[in-house]
Amino acid sequence: MNLNAVGIVYRKEFTEWVRDRRTLISTVLVPLFLFPLMMVGFSALAVVMVGKAEKETPKIMILGGEDSPQLVASIKKLDSLEIVPYAANWRDEISNKDIRAAVAIPTGFEKSLETGQSETVKIYFYDGEMKSSFGANRLEKSLKDYRDAVVKDRLAAKNLPASVLSPFSIKQENVAPPEKVSGATFGSFIGYTVIILCMTGAMYPAIDLTAGEKERGTMETILSSPISRMDLVLGKFLLVFSASLATAILSVISMGTSFAILGRTNLMNSSGGQTLALNLGLLSVVSVFVMALPLAFLFSAVLMTIALFAKSYKEAQSYLTPMTFVIVIPAVASIMPGVELTPKLALIPVLNTSLVCKEIISGTYHWNSIALIFASTCVYAGVALFLAFKTFQRESVLFRS
Amino acid sequence: MIEARGLSKRFHDKKRGEIRAVDHVSFRCEPGRIYGLLGANGAGKTTTLRILATILEPTDGTALVCGYDVVEQPEKVRASVGFLSTATALYPRLTAQELVEYFGRLNGLNEATLKKRVDEIFKRLDMNGFRDRRCDKLSTGMKQKTSIARTLVHDPPVMIFDEPTLGLDIMTARTIATFIRECRDRGKTVIFSTHIMSEVEKLCDVIGIIHDGKLLTEGTLAQLRERYAEQDLEEIFVKVVGPLQAKAEV
Repeated sequence: MNLNAVGIVYRKEFTEWVRDRRTLISTVLVPLFLFPLMMVGFSALAVVMVGKAEKETPKIMILGGEDSPQLVASIKKLDSLEIVPYAANWRDEISNKDIRAAVAIPTGFEKSLETGQSETVKIYFYDGEMKSSFGANRLEKSLKDYRDAVVKDRLAAKNLPASVLSPFSIKQENVAPPEKVSGATFGSFIGYTVIILCMTGAMYPAIDLTAGEKERGTMETILSSPISRMDLVLGKFLLVFSASLATAILSVISMGTSFAILGRTNLMNSSGGQTLALNLGLLSVVSVFVMALPLAFLFSAVLMTIALFAKSYKEAQSYLTPMTFVIVIPAVASIMPGVELTPKLALIPVLNTSLVCKEIISGTYHWNSIALIFASTCVYAGVALFLAFKTFQRESVLFRS
Repeated sequence: MIEARGLSKRFHDKKRGEIRAVDHVSFRCEPGRIYGLLGANGAGKTTTLRILATILEPTDGTALVCGYDVVEQPEKVRASVGFLSTATALYPRLTAQELVEYFGRLNGLNEATLKKRVDEIFKRLDMNGFRDRRCDKLSTGMKQKTSIARTLVHDPPVMIFDEPTLGLDIMTARTIATFIRECRDRGKTVIFSTHIMSEVEKLCDVIGIIHDGKLLTEGTLAQLRERYAEQDLEEIFVKVVGPLQAKAEV
């Protein structure tokens, strides 16, 4: 191996890379602007939408209740609900979002209450529709309040205290620090995003430096120079690897900034959710980056090897698009609830890195797992680079017609 | 000096089975002479020249280029060769100067020598007007000059030209022809492939007619005229290749 020759190839590829507008998009613009847009933009949008939905006074229809005036009056007196007159097509009206929910009061409801019989009051709503759910929730709350009042009256009639119904109370309390809570919530998302961007950052240069060279007719030019194929592959590989890393670094910086902005504006809190206390400390940022290193190495070598089989840029894109799914699926699997890092999963590339990133961001460092994942990904990356070397030796691949 | 010794190259095609692109080809090219490899499309010219430039490896046989074996010492062979073909394109996002310097560095030139060589070549080829222009902004003629500068930057003793004028306009093709003659006049060993008879007549000192991967005949133009009792090279070519072509078609 001639490091000087590798350096010459790398410098040349770098010069061409930075002069390419597509590089700017895939390596710089996407990671730098995608996150602020996704995190701040979508969160802000969600806050606005939820706020708007909460402010709306939902239209509610009462079905029946002619013989239960007290219950109907307790619902009607609520300012937070707008009662509309009965219509026979109330189901359609809910589905068409003309009204948000309907409450069906059984015939003889109040009489049944007096005799101690239990009746069921039904609330009809549009499942999955946020404004309908808000309406149904308010309706349910008003009915519960009415029920509690009935119970209270009954207890009072028998001279019993209200506490007879709740001899003890139950309360859940989180003991994990806020960073861990947020890490568990957002960690897998961050790992997933870093992984995807490592791949997208490597994809364009991997194609450009292999199939792109064939398409432009420069492959034969470079192969006629005295550089060995190994040095040539290494120079090209280092550039693809750099692009992948640059994308990963920019994405981590961008994510840190996005979360900082989110934390400051407290958008998540105002949406009624938990307070966003995600603090991407230096150790977690560095750790995520270190874990992304062998993965970026693996992606660069694999993408280069596959793209080399193609005769043109377009053909390479069609080969690499299915690769995106191969990588996205294990990355997505790590986001699924209940998927935890185990020694077996630590050997599955992509999924292992995504899972360990989740742990790192939530402040958990299982050093044995980290070492196993780093080492196994390095081995896969080494094998992939060896395959890239071998593929560059194959005339049938280089001069495929 | 180039010496091909029983060069063969077989490819495997899924539909057609084994293809003998080059079949036991032997010839010699001397310094200060232009050897013309004449053949129809698919005759094996490009494969032969790619083997000599060590871009492809022969299945059997070997060749010596400047005393280096194409199989055993491919990197030394490539350092002794300037290879130019219509398939050897330029890097679009590099300037003409950056491109020539890149190949100079790959050929092991130090920065001082490289600067001297680049200045000298750019002056000789009248390229100073576009030395800082990106290759994707160059005209066809400028691109050809840049390709020539690339092949010359390390001053190789052997020049290999694979159909270098294919698809070029007359003026650009003339520039290439002049350059090939200059290479010969400077004592370089030149091998040149084409299917254009007039180019061979004008440029080549020795002609080899290749067909179906086999070198069928070779000699100077005078020797071929005498051997086949024809004055016109095209007629000679038909006499050499025609019977085999007819047999293949039957």
